[in-house]
Amino acid sequence: MKLVVAVIRPEKLNDVLEALFHAEVKGLTISRVQGHGGELERVETYRGTRVKMELSEKVRLEIGVSDHFVDPTVKAIIDGARTGDVGDGKIFVMPVEQVVRIRTGETDRDAVTPVGVPPG
Amino acid sequence: MAPNPSDTAWLFVATALVLMMTPALGFFYGGMVRSKNTLNTLMMSFSALGFVGLAWALLGYSIAFGRASQWCGGGEYFFLRGVMLDAQGTIPHLLFFAYQGTFAVITAALISGAIVERMRFGPYIVFITIWSLLVYAPVAHWVWGTNGFLAKLGALDFAGGTVVHINAAAAALVCAVVVGPRKDYARQAMLPQNVPFTLLGAGLLWLGWFGFNAGSALGANRAAALAFVNTMLAPMATLVVWTLLDLMRTKKATAIGAATGIVVGLVAITPAAGFVSPMSAIVLGAIAAFPSYFALLYRAGTRLDDSLDVVAAHGVGGIVGALMTGLLASKGWSGGAGSGVIDGNVRQLGVQAIAIVVTLLYSAVMTLVIVKVTGAVLPLRMTPREEGMGLDFSQHGEEAYSRGEGAILLLDRRTE
Repeated sequence: MKLVVAVIRPEKLNDVLEALFHAEVKGLTISRVQGHGGELERVETYRGTRVKMELSEKVRLEIGVSDHFVDPTVKAIIDGARTGDVGDGKIFVMPVEQVVRIRTGETDRDAVTPVGVPPG
Repeated sequence: MAPNPSDTAWLFVATALVLMMTPALGFFYGGMVRSKNTLNTLMMSFSALGFVGLAWALLGYSIAFGRASQWCGGGEYFFLRGVMLDAQGTIPHLLFFAYQGTFAVITAALISGAIVERMRFGPYIVFITIWSLLVYAPVAHWVWGTNGFLAKLGALDFAGGTVVHINAAAAALVCAVVVGPRKDYARQAMLPQNVPFTLLGAGLLWLGWFGFNAGSALGANRAAALAFVNTMLAPMATLVVWTLLDLMRTKKATAIGAATGIVVGLVAITPAAGFVSPMSAIVLGAIAAFPSYFALLYRAGTRLDDSLDVVAAHGVGGIVGALMTGLLASKGWSGGAGSGVIDGNVRQLGVQAIAIVVTLLYSAVMTLVIVKVTGAVLPLRMTPREEGMGLDFSQHGEEAYSRGEGAILLLDRRTE
């Protein structure tokens, strides 16, 4: 099992979700975060006070998947999130020690397999 | 003749009330867009106060209220030459100019509802400024100028159902088509960012509309009292019917629906305000809910991204109001100023229809020309990426809801 963590542009979230659902990736968590990844700086002005916005709004996705789902998941995120400009974000794939589905107590691969799909 | 003090006092208040409607419209619209476009949507209304207001003072007033021909005014009042403190009717001429200016401003700002969240700010400003001179001012002349051709024909438009609402809606339709839909339209759910803003805007619009309709009597007189009460009653009826339609269709009375219903009622009573009985105003307001309600539902399923439904609310509501003015105008209540089908004057309905069609056609054709010419000089749209980031940052360099985390003060002014 792996945990796929992706940090993407908020305006690309819908595209990424669409791509993930097409790839049959169904369980995920998102959070709104702020970060900096070398984007061109944005300067804003409020009544003559100029400020450089170092942090940009981003969305972080966390997706627990079984091993053979890693590549389709990563591909779907890239397809949905890429614009080609600096600031498209990153994907991290991490090993996972244990997963437990709270409702049933199932662990590991059973726990990351969506309900109704036989574990393949 | 000296101006009448009480009439003058009422028009001071009415002018300020109508001026407030434009910021109110900004909040009404601003609540319905996504948060990244809040400031841009508000600015589309606020900036009309400056650009259109100034164009009105320098040129527009003369085009609308000069007397050169029945088609448009001449240059006699350009740069406010000859607009003095002598009485125009019973109020100072200068005050009459200011009162009419507030109408020009809000009419232009109304169009923005059709092109929010995607049109670049520069071309928008250029467009509404030119539009206010080439479309609003002549149409105002036709209907309200002492020698305007629709006025001579006998068209009834107490406070601007045709001049303001039908006119702006025709322009909005053309703008929505030429500028094109938002990149996310019909692809992603786009939710209103702040529904309380929209309710606040609708409430302030209603308040301001007392100045709009009752002020159009141009005096503190009986017609003003009638228009005032009708402006209260008609939207009440529209609000009730709209809410009942909501309840019957989805079992839920929506807040945005209530705000929209109020505005539709206000639009519909505008041409009729000083001509119809209070009971007629209630009937008019109630009936006006139906076409706009269903037009709105229908539009949402089409490719026409009239984002904030200027056509359904102001176009359809305005047309229903203008036609029903022809039906319900009463000689008794209007003091002989207008009579409709209920007085046996069937011709009035035809005259109203002519005024509607002429305004729709002129506004649509002229808008098409102005938008196309503007678009040939300045690109109307941003890149899809800028549109994705939101217009607040890309057009104004500000955000409506910035938290300030990660913001670094720039002390060196040369840093760009």
